[in-house]
Amino acid sequence: MSKYTATIDGNEAVARIAHKINEVIAIYPITPSSVMGELSDTYSTQGEKNIFGTVPDVTEMQSEGGASGAVHGSLQSGALTTTFTASQGLLLMIPNMYKIAGELTSTVFHVASRSLAAQALSIFGDHQDVMGVRQTGFALMPSGSVQEAHDFALISQAATLRSRIPFLHFFDGFRTSHEVNKINLLSEDVLKAMIDEELVYAHRSRALTPDNPFIRGTSQNPDVYFQGRESVNSYYLKVPSLLQEEMDKFETLTGRRYKLFDYVGEKDAERIIVLMGSGAEAVDESVEYLGKMGAKVGVLKVRLALPFSIEHFIAALPITTRSIAVLDRTKESGSLGEPLYHDVFMALSEADNEGRLNFKMPKLIGGRYGLSSKEFTPAMIKSIFDELGKEKPKNHFTIGINDDVTHTSLDYDEDFIVEDSETYEAIFFGFGSDGTVGANKNSIKIIGQETDNYAQGYFVYDSNKSGSVTTSHLRFGPKPIRSSYLIQKADFVACHQSVFLEKFEILLHAKEGAIFLLNTPFPKELLWSKLPKDVQKEIIDKKLNFFAIDAAKVAKESGMGRRINTIMQTCFFAISGILDKEDAIEKIKHSIDKTYGKKSEALVTMNYKAVDNALENLYEVEVPNEINSNIAMQASVKGDYNDFVENVTKKIIEGHGNELPVSMIPNDGTWQSGTTQYAKRNVGLEVPVWDADVCIQCNKCVLVCPHSVIRSNVVEESYLTNAPDGFSFIKAKGKSFEENENFMISVSVEDCTGCALCVEVCPAKNKSQTNLKAINMQEQLPLRESGSAQWEFFTKLPLIERSKLSHDKVKESQFLEPLFEFSGACPGCGETPYVKLASQLFGDRMIIANATGCSSIYGGNLPTTPWKKNLEGKGPAWSNSLFEDNAEFGLGFRLAIDKHETQAKELVNELKEVIGEELSEDILSAVQHDESDIYSQRERVETLKEKLQNSTHPHAKRLLSLADYLSKKSVWIMGGDGWAYDIDYGGLDHVMASGNNVNILVLDTQVYSNTGGQQSKATFTGAVAKFAAGGKAGLPKDLAMMAIAYGNVYVSRVAMGADDTQTLKAFIEAEKYDGPSIIIAYSHCIAHGYDLKHGMSQQKLAVQSGIWPTFRYNPDLEKEGLNPMIVDYKKPTKSVKEFMYNETRFKMVEKMNANDARAFISTAQKHADEQYKKYTNLTNIDYSHEAGEKK
Amino acid sequence: MNLSTTYLGLDFKNPLIAGASPLTGNIDKIKELEDAGIAGVVLHSLFEEQINHDLHAVDHFLFQGSDSFAESLSYFPDSDHLESSESEHYLEDLAEIKRSTDIPIIASLNGVSSGGWIKYAKKIQEAGADALELNITYIPTNPMQDAMQIENMYIKVVEDIKANTTLPLAVKMNPYFTNPAQMANRFKDAGANGLVVFDSPVKVDIDLDELSPVQSACLTSSSNISETLRWCAILHSTVDISLAASTGVHDAKDVLKAVMSGADVTQMASALLKNGTGHVQAILGELVEWAEEKEYVSIEQMKGSISLDHCDNKAAYERANYMRALLTYRF
Repeated sequence: MSKYTATIDGNEAVARIAHKINEVIAIYPITPSSVMGELSDTYSTQGEKNIFGTVPDVTEMQSEGGASGAVHGSLQSGALTTTFTASQGLLLMIPNMYKIAGELTSTVFHVASRSLAAQALSIFGDHQDVMGVRQTGFALMPSGSVQEAHDFALISQAATLRSRIPFLHFFDGFRTSHEVNKINLLSEDVLKAMIDEELVYAHRSRALTPDNPFIRGTSQNPDVYFQGRESVNSYYLKVPSLLQEEMDKFETLTGRRYKLFDYVGEKDAERIIVLMGSGAEAVDESVEYLGKMGAKVGVLKVRLALPFSIEHFIAALPITTRSIAVLDRTKESGSLGEPLYHDVFMALSEADNEGRLNFKMPKLIGGRYGLSSKEFTPAMIKSIFDELGKEKPKNHFTIGINDDVTHTSLDYDEDFIVEDSETYEAIFFGFGSDGTVGANKNSIKIIGQETDNYAQGYFVYDSNKSGSVTTSHLRFGPKPIRSSYLIQKADFVACHQSVFLEKFEILLHAKEGAIFLLNTPFPKELLWSKLPKDVQKEIIDKKLNFFAIDAAKVAKESGMGRRINTIMQTCFFAISGILDKEDAIEKIKHSIDKTYGKKSEALVTMNYKAVDNALENLYEVEVPNEINSNIAMQASVKGDYNDFVENVTKKIIEGHGNELPVSMIPNDGTWQSGTTQYAKRNVGLEVPVWDADVCIQCNKCVLVCPHSVIRSNVVEESYLTNAPDGFSFIKAKGKSFEENENFMISVSVEDCTGCALCVEVCPAKNKSQTNLKAINMQEQLPLRESGSAQWEFFTKLPLIERSKLSHDKVKESQFLEPLFEFSGACPGCGETPYVKLASQLFGDRMIIANATGCSSIYGGNLPTTPWKKNLEGKGPAWSNSLFEDNAEFGLGFRLAIDKHETQAKELVNELKEVIGEELSEDILSAVQHDESDIYSQRERVETLKEKLQNSTHPHAKRLLSLADYLSKKSVWIMGGDGWAYDIDYGGLDHVMASGNNVNILVLDTQVYSNTGGQQSKATFTGAVAKFAAGGKAGLPKDLAMMAIAYGNVYVSRVAMGADDTQTLKAFIEAEKYDGPSIIIAYSHCIAHGYDLKHGMSQQKLAVQSGIWPTFRYNPDLEKEGLNPMIVDYKKPTKSVKEFMYNETRFKMVEKMNANDARAFISTAQKHADEQYKKYTNLTNIDYSHEAGEKK
Repeated sequence: MNLSTTYLGLDFKNPLIAGASPLTGNIDKIKELEDAGIAGVVLHSLFEEQINHDLHAVDHFLFQGSDSFAESLSYFPDSDHLESSESEHYLEDLAEIKRSTDIPIIASLNGVSSGGWIKYAKKIQEAGADALELNITYIPTNPMQDAMQIENMYIKVVEDIKANTTLPLAVKMNPYFTNPAQMANRFKDAGANGLVVFDSPVKVDIDLDELSPVQSACLTSSSNISETLRWCAILHSTVDISLAASTGVHDAKDVLKAVMSGADVTQMASALLKNGTGHVQAILGELVEWAEEKEYVSIEQMKGSISLDHCDNKAAYERANYMRALLTYRF
């Protein structure tokens, strides 16, 4: 038996095995499985060999469809091959899965199972994806814990080699894939013993090879296809017994025993729950607890979901079984029940019919639980067991929600918990950027690896990429930890940011007598009085042991900046009593050595200092007996909101989304626009403050603000008489404005994330103090109240009429109201300024197809929505279909809109008598090139609608339903480079080729940003990205040039930071162009590794160095006999090195391999120089003859 | 004409050394310099900030944004294996240069405070350097910091470096001390084996478009040699320590002047950046031509021949201002 243990998460537990027993790995990133591919890539990059003595080849493909195709090809060529995926990714593999199974091919796909996009996308865990491929012929093998995932990754491989049936090994996304747990590692000896090399040779011998040619993959006809499909039956019949044999072999090697159906519980149990995955661990734990209390209950854990063995299933059930609840973590709308319920029902019925059931046919009910990682707790489990005890238990139930519509849900007692005095439970609340999660992962490793304790860690993140709140759930104890749910009552609660105390019920989960650790800026003597009233009450009522530290101060003094990870970790060990304090400190320092020792002694010293300073500054707070605070919890939403926001949005923001009943949730995925304005998140520690006296009124700060918190306006003085204190304004400059008009800039301090991009881009320096500009960062807290009042006043001022503004001038374009605001994008995001600009220019006529990725997350991740409507009630209509179909999805918008318009025009013609000849002609002949044309048409349409309202013409109503389509709709297709360059390139290409009038905006960060920085085909040469760990060797794909090749596509590459006027022109020209347009927009990104406040200056360098050319290719010019190509950038004046070495993604290479770094720079420089020649050469073509020909 | 000389206890075939500059950060250029006849090379500097802060920055940006959002818990591949840093590459380059050249190679460290970076002195020795040059120019901006504090800080760094290495150590000093000769003595007492006279700090300018101070590379010319000559002459006579003349050495005449004022070797940076590596050959030719014409037989012969103690007009070195009356008046 292996003595080696590791404290790792499920993804790593699987990747370690899969990499060891495969030769080829083809993958594509998708949450929550991406880590398996990334780790495999890392192992191979580091030269780690598999058990056959060779380094597996890891290849990133362009989509999961591509990955499965590559897997299929590799398998057919005889290599042991695997892939990792989840959710939609698995669905994209279905066609190949049929092929692989149909050809009796040994392989294991490892799936971190995840919800499917239905009414909404969800990245979290359930079995919908896996249950969606039941029909493919793959064997389905679920594992329920990190240990099982590690073990089954091996067992499934052994079984597939023996059975020739492909296996899908799956484990619960996030709950298992991301749970850190202490496991016994499988040694290489065990791996070698389990993988029979003769079977590997047999697999290889079935390969396609010209040395032994044959044909596979024929086209069959009615005469033989059917028989061919049935020819595999015997292989499937053998799978259960072969798998059990492999499990038995595994037991002899490791001592860990698994059965196809593992029963746990009382021998004479009457009530049984059947389920698979991580939920089975929670039921296991509850069964043990309830059993001790005398309940006759048990759980049957399914290890082989397909092929389903009736024989093994029946044999595993106690003969005392009276009632069974089958739980499915999936939803099949319209079916009589979910898959496992079906299988169990079928198994029992068949066994009963055939007389194989050696006990009376039990009552059988099926239920759904845990969709999208919904919690599945002992309280819910007990409720199911209670239900099973009823005379007429509810069938087709749900558990964990309140279904007040179709009343499927079971009630449960939330206070019921499985008490376990031996397990220590701790919850930590932190900010994403403060290192809390990292510190806790480290603590788990310390405890897991350096003591005999078992350890578990699970981490919860909120919906925002800026100022996100993290919750860490840590358990430690002498027994293996099976609690696959969040901590309900903790022995230790740490609040790493004191602002949370006023926002969340931090102490709700503290046990009586628990330890409470608070990081607070308040000094000891003031601390108690600064706590909210409710917090004081909880501390007193629960008799909490209260400790505090000013970690920010300690971090600063120790040179740690804003990272409080080491400090809070030290405090945890110092007061939790989990380890001896001295011993713990030594272990923390040892861990610091391990982390930083190789990199920098200064980092080690700094962290050591932080540990020592933490101990010196940590103190216990003497808890008074009385509550003396009047500080109330902060309102979670503000403003003039409606009932939906009050009853739904607000609840989710406050963390009570789980309590919302089914009736409160929109049933078709339709949610209200523009609700980010109500959630004042107050995440910016510093916010910009405008200095009217210095300002030159250029509006650049408004343009670049990623969160639309900086706005400008010009109004007559009369509107400003009641301006609140501190509200600044100054006489408006410019010909467009009158003498009595005033210019002002206002900042929504409560929505600002504090990125400082605005300050960096401001061109106006204070003439007396050049370190100040016209906009400067200041601490937010003292400004919150006054700033909020000023913002409220500002938002009520009248906007400048759009028709009075020159939209093609940067300054004036920024007076246009943004219809995209306060998103959850990262502070300093480089994408959102473009998105916002589009919303300002075209928002009231936009319909947006948004590819899955960052832009769909900050664009539509609940609880709040940043796309909003204007005062007339018009605004962007937005939807996200999938990652792989967005271009086609957007084209569909266009096709429908065009059809509606055509039909409306046909009806206008038909109803001329009702409408009137002149109006009809005006409507039909209207040119809608610019906004004034469109607004004129809208007025005509309004007149038309009035006329139609009063008409009795049989088709009047039909035209009325289509009339709005007579005014122009602007279709936008948005997404990142992963979408445009890779997964949907085929669709994008087709849409461009279609000639239809769509506008494509590619937010090009040169990596898959949303899934954590995997390389795409847009990745620059020499950039480190996941799957390009040593730096990307090849050149980036030139998507623009490919689009130009069509000749009738408007193409532009822009970089706002380099040339905002060119960017603006490109947007306006693209939208105006009556055909496909594509704008490829350079977007700086957190995945580039530098302070994003310099994002715009890096964009400028990118263009100046020639690494990012800016140009516009406008086919409309060709019609005028002009060259359509306009190169907007100058011959490179800076070196690419100058651009590259400001960013960690490039700089890292130098730290790994200086020679590679030099070679990359040389290649990139050459490419930049050649690109300039290539693009400028295009401008030399003479198009003068074209004008005549095309007229 | 025997051009050989000794500096820091090392033998050099002639008094021409390439001073620290971007040119000496490139292995190919160093080989070219050797081929052109250079007697030794001071590598480009490894800065305290590079050692201490560079990886801080990388560590910070690798960490930035991590563990914040469920889909993107990190943005870069596993970085545990970032074993090498720029400093490590410096050592790798140094070892490579040593392997491929036959001339003395002097590594260069630039920093002012005590701390972990000083340990690089030991690593530099292990990588094969023949000597170490320490650049400690510090611009004090704190008015409360007195001169002694700063001078003690310099001395501490020299002592710390010497504690980490047995390599010959040269201190590249600046002329801004109240009494540079006294500091030279203190450096010597702290363990310095030689002095580089002088460092020429980067130039500061103001960009009127950006309204911002800017730094620019400091390329010197022969006209900048004055202070170098003055202090080589003074130090040669007052402190028993090796001297390298730096700043303003551009042609053969400058070399001759520097050696005669008391320098053991001369360091050239700007001249080589301006004229290329072939400039070395030209200087050596002119040097020999001049010396032979004047019938000098060796560098040793002319070394210090016009130093403070050996010259016929001490006042030229001693007076800060030109006073015509003194020159014409005779007692």
